[in-house]
Amino acid sequence: MKATQSPLFGSVDEVAERLEGVGYLASTAVATTVYLADRLGKPLLVEGPAGVGKTELAKAVAAATGSGLVRLQCYEGIDEARALYEWNHAKQLLRITAGQGHESWDATRDDVFSEEFLLPRPLLTAIRRDDPTVLLIDEMDKADVEVEGLLLEVLSDYQVSIPEMGTVTATRKPFALLTSNSTRELSEALKRRCLFLHLDFPDPDLERKIVLTRVPELPQALADALVRTVRVLRAMELRKVPSVAETIDWGRTLLALGLDTLDDDAVRQTLGVVLKHQSDQVKASAELRLN
Amino acid sequence: MAVTIPEHGLPGHLVDFVGALRRHGVAVGPGETVDAAEVVGALDLLRRRELREGLAAALLRRSGQREVFDTLFDLYFPPALGVGAQEIEVPRAATDDGSEGPVDVDALRDLLADLLLAGDEEGLRELARAAVDALGTAGATGTGVQGVNGQPGWSAYQALRLMSPETLLARILDAMRQDGDPTDDFTDEVRRREIRDRIARFRKMVQDEVRRRTAEQRGREQVAKTAVPKQAEQVEFLSAYAEQLAQLRRTVHPLARRLASRLAVRRKHARRGQLDMRRTLRRSMSTGGVPMKPAYRTRRPGRPELVILCDVSGSVAGFSHFTLLLVQALREQFSKVRVFAFVEKTDEVTHLFEPGAELSGVMQRVLREADLTAFDGHSDYGHALGSFAEFWGEAITSKTSLLILGDARTNYRDPNLAVVRRLVGQARHAHWLNPEPRRQWGTGDSAAHRYADVLPMHECRTAGQLADVVEALLPV
Repeated sequence: MKATQSPLFGSVDEVAERLEGVGYLASTAVATTVYLADRLGKPLLVEGPAGVGKTELAKAVAAATGSGLVRLQCYEGIDEARALYEWNHAKQLLRITAGQGHESWDATRDDVFSEEFLLPRPLLTAIRRDDPTVLLIDEMDKADVEVEGLLLEVLSDYQVSIPEMGTVTATRKPFALLTSNSTRELSEALKRRCLFLHLDFPDPDLERKIVLTRVPELPQALADALVRTVRVLRAMELRKVPSVAETIDWGRTLLALGLDTLDDDAVRQTLGVVLKHQSDQVKASAELRLN
Repeated sequence: MAVTIPEHGLPGHLVDFVGALRRHGVAVGPGETVDAAEVVGALDLLRRRELREGLAAALLRRSGQREVFDTLFDLYFPPALGVGAQEIEVPRAATDDGSEGPVDVDALRDLLADLLLAGDEEGLRELARAAVDALGTAGATGTGVQGVNGQPGWSAYQALRLMSPETLLARILDAMRQDGDPTDDFTDEVRRREIRDRIARFRKMVQDEVRRRTAEQRGREQVAKTAVPKQAEQVEFLSAYAEQLAQLRRTVHPLARRLASRLAVRRKHARRGQLDMRRTLRRSMSTGGVPMKPAYRTRRPGRPELVILCDVSGSVAGFSHFTLLLVQALREQFSKVRVFAFVEKTDEVTHLFEPGAELSGVMQRVLREADLTAFDGHSDYGHALGSFAEFWGEAITSKTSLLILGDARTNYRDPNLAVVRRLVGQARHAHWLNPEPRRQWGTGDSAAHRYADVLPMHECRTAGQLADVVEALLPV
């Protein structure tokens, strides 16, 4: 591994600043782990509830550092051919037919397994890029356990072995970020190679700032009331607690309806925006004395 | 290369810290310790919050471990030594000679009310630090110093009793109302919950502070042994308090999802390689009798009917509630779920567990709405099982899995083994989940061993154990 690669960030504060510059407000935890992931050259595993900005973080890091974002979206049944590379069989066949008669088999075989016939998939793409790269492996928990094994080589040594061609090693380590909703436990081997960040709901100050950056027309006092109410809702035992995305949606809804205070009437009308289950709405209404 | 191994200093300290984490059930490997050392090297040690997050990133691998980590981090990397820099002056009663007098509790409460009203987190932490110190060294007016032999004594109980932050709630709410916010019921309720949350956090700050001071006096290993909270999965159902149970219930859905996805993997592996001869031969007809494409047997996962009989009396209720939530979350694994609750008598409560129903207060509804008691409200397994067999006996068929939840403590009444034997005979499978530790089975009025002779009984003291048992019981 080439150790000469210069780090993307100089200090923890710089991380926070530059992320803020592209519209992502980072908590201390986020800024510190991003800084360390970059410094120690380790992939970052981000876990947390839906809607707290896990994928957004990768996009923000890419934007803040001017890197290209390569994204591997995981799903059930994803395999090597979709994640790493694939040979372009059709093109190989064409090549063989074209060369028939005036070329020896050895030459054809060597030619057919060369760069030209390789279809790189996200992981290989990220490793072969010369420019700074952020590799986002999204919803890792949706993929099957076998895919994790595939990732181990990529994430620990930043290299891919292709039997017909040899090993492709990264000239420049990508900044790797994995996200997971923890629908299943990832394997120890994969976790061991990563730094771990549990991304939770932000504290009230930060959330207020996030809402105000996303919905700048929202009055300060209303944003404050919104964030306080959402925090109270999160403390209840609900089936689905509102996330940051829902707070933002709520702000937009209130604006669109022209409501400027968050009183009981306003909440009664718009509770459906933050609570998506009927039983949650009934419960919250009862507990917050809306009826 | 010769390496001198430091026993003290930063590396030694880090290793101690990792050792403490391991003792509290956080599995940290040597590789992670090395990562942590790199983290310490890359960060500015004077910035404690960054160090905390950095170490957490390197050492933790699961989200449930954070509370344990935070408490131990505070013990091993304390924010201050001794009193620390005091930014808040604790009000004290006047003394004749001008020395530091005992703490003026009323004035202290005024200060606390102001900070709670403003929601000033840093201020509250400073106040907790100063108040614990002052109350420990000088005592409050009228109580005197509590320490032994002139040694200061730190006590969260004493500090919180004197300041009693809960009783400030009404006062703070009044002050907020006067600020001219709208005063409808809803805003009031939101405020009340917010202040309650702040008070709870202040209580925790006081407890943290006391833990830190005690650790200075008695050594941190001593304090770590008793004062570090358990991870949710390792909390014992029978000794858990309401808050822990509520926290545990939040983990039900992730747990159920994990079980379901593990089950899916098991099913996928189990299905592999079962050749269906009849279909393969039939298929080979089109290729002139040569079996080109083998056909495999597809197994339909059995979806059993589930009948749950659960003890909902007193201490077992927490365990029953959690298990019912878990079953509810795994609902799609069963074709039909029927739930029966019992204390002295049995009653069906399936309607309370319908999909989409509100489940967090369901146990209270079970106790209120179902007909469960006859005489004294103590559990009577014999009679309850008897009445189940009498009125709902037909619920158990050869397709049914029967699950009994309870501690098998019969209050010295007849365990009614004959009925249990009959029910077990009718059902396809039958299991008993017992939240008591195995060594207490059969002691006192427990009929656990006698029931265990009739049907398999599993120890389910913690959510972790329960998950393992339930996973093994789910059909492949």
